[in-house]
Amino acid sequence: MADTLERIKKIIVDRLDVEESKVTMEASFKDDLEADSLDVVELVMELEDEFDMEISDDDAEKIQTVGDAVNYINSNQ
Amino acid sequence: MLQGKVALVTGASRGIGRAIALELAKQGAKVAVNFAGSEDKAQRVVEEIQQLGSEAIKVKANVSLETDVKDMIKQVVNEFGSLDILVNNAGITRDNLLMRMKEEEFDEVIQTNLKGVFLCTKGVTRQMMKQKSGRIINIASIVGVSGNPGQANYVAAKAGVIGLTKTTAKELASRNILVNAIAPGFIETDMTDKLSEDQQSGIMDMIPLAKLGKAEDVARVVRFLASEDSNYITGQTIHVDGGMVM
Repeated sequence: MADTLERIKKIIVDRLDVEESKVTMEASFKDDLEADSLDVVELVMELEDEFDMEISDDDAEKIQTVGDAVNYINSNQ
Repeated sequence: MLQGKVALVTGASRGIGRAIALELAKQGAKVAVNFAGSEDKAQRVVEEIQQLGSEAIKVKANVSLETDVKDMIKQVVNEFGSLDILVNNAGITRDNLLMRMKEEEFDEVIQTNLKGVFLCTKGVTRQMMKQKSGRIINIASIVGVSGNPGQANYVAAKAGVIGLTKTTAKELASRNILVNAIAPGFIETDMTDKLSEDQQSGIMDMIPLAKLGKAEDVARVVRFLASEDSNYITGQTIHVDGGMVM
């Protein structure tokens, strides 16, 4: 669990150029991390590569916060 | 000009698509020659490209089927390692007067000529976003701008492609993916060879340059839109029609 969060954090900090302290489980990509919708699509693509999995478009739409991403990955790996 | 770039041209076994595939290969691009039915002709295009000293493969796919399109794109990326240029050229006609046009005739043309462009564009976007660059060039038609009796389905699809081009250009601009359309007028191909002499002379009266275009005239504009020379152009429709529609 902690490991997943750390790996996701690194990608988010890289990709969205935000302070690591802002990347909490509750943080919303769009509202708190200032990602636009394309950023989120790209992020999901990177998560797919990082965790070697496929995230369907329907599931990707439900990922709105960092916590959503962590939970999704933990329960689908 | 396009050394090391990888291009996928749909409907590339003959006509304008074939000319585009050859032109891009001449500029050094590796080319995936898509076909739906004419495998022999696609094979001949591949061989011509190889004679030019470039690499080519043929890929079978019906662009109106998402599974076919996904497989095609996977095959191209596996073979060549990237995908830099997509030319959406595949198209069909089922001409008929509106009053007589069957629902199937309308649907078939929309499926291939419009939905096919959507599916291929969606399919390559992921790869191009990863590469942070890409060119998508849609072959529309001048009748998509002007309308044309007997082609309600074809015109609706081509006008749709022009709208799709603008939206895709806006969505992907921030990722350095440039999307443009070309609207050819009357180009000498199998499609125009079928016209009678009367029809042909009627057409000439509408064209200020007073001649049919050649597939190569379109291919050279594709080359421009695929190259660094068009870095500041996106969302546009370029008419290649001898001045027919201004």
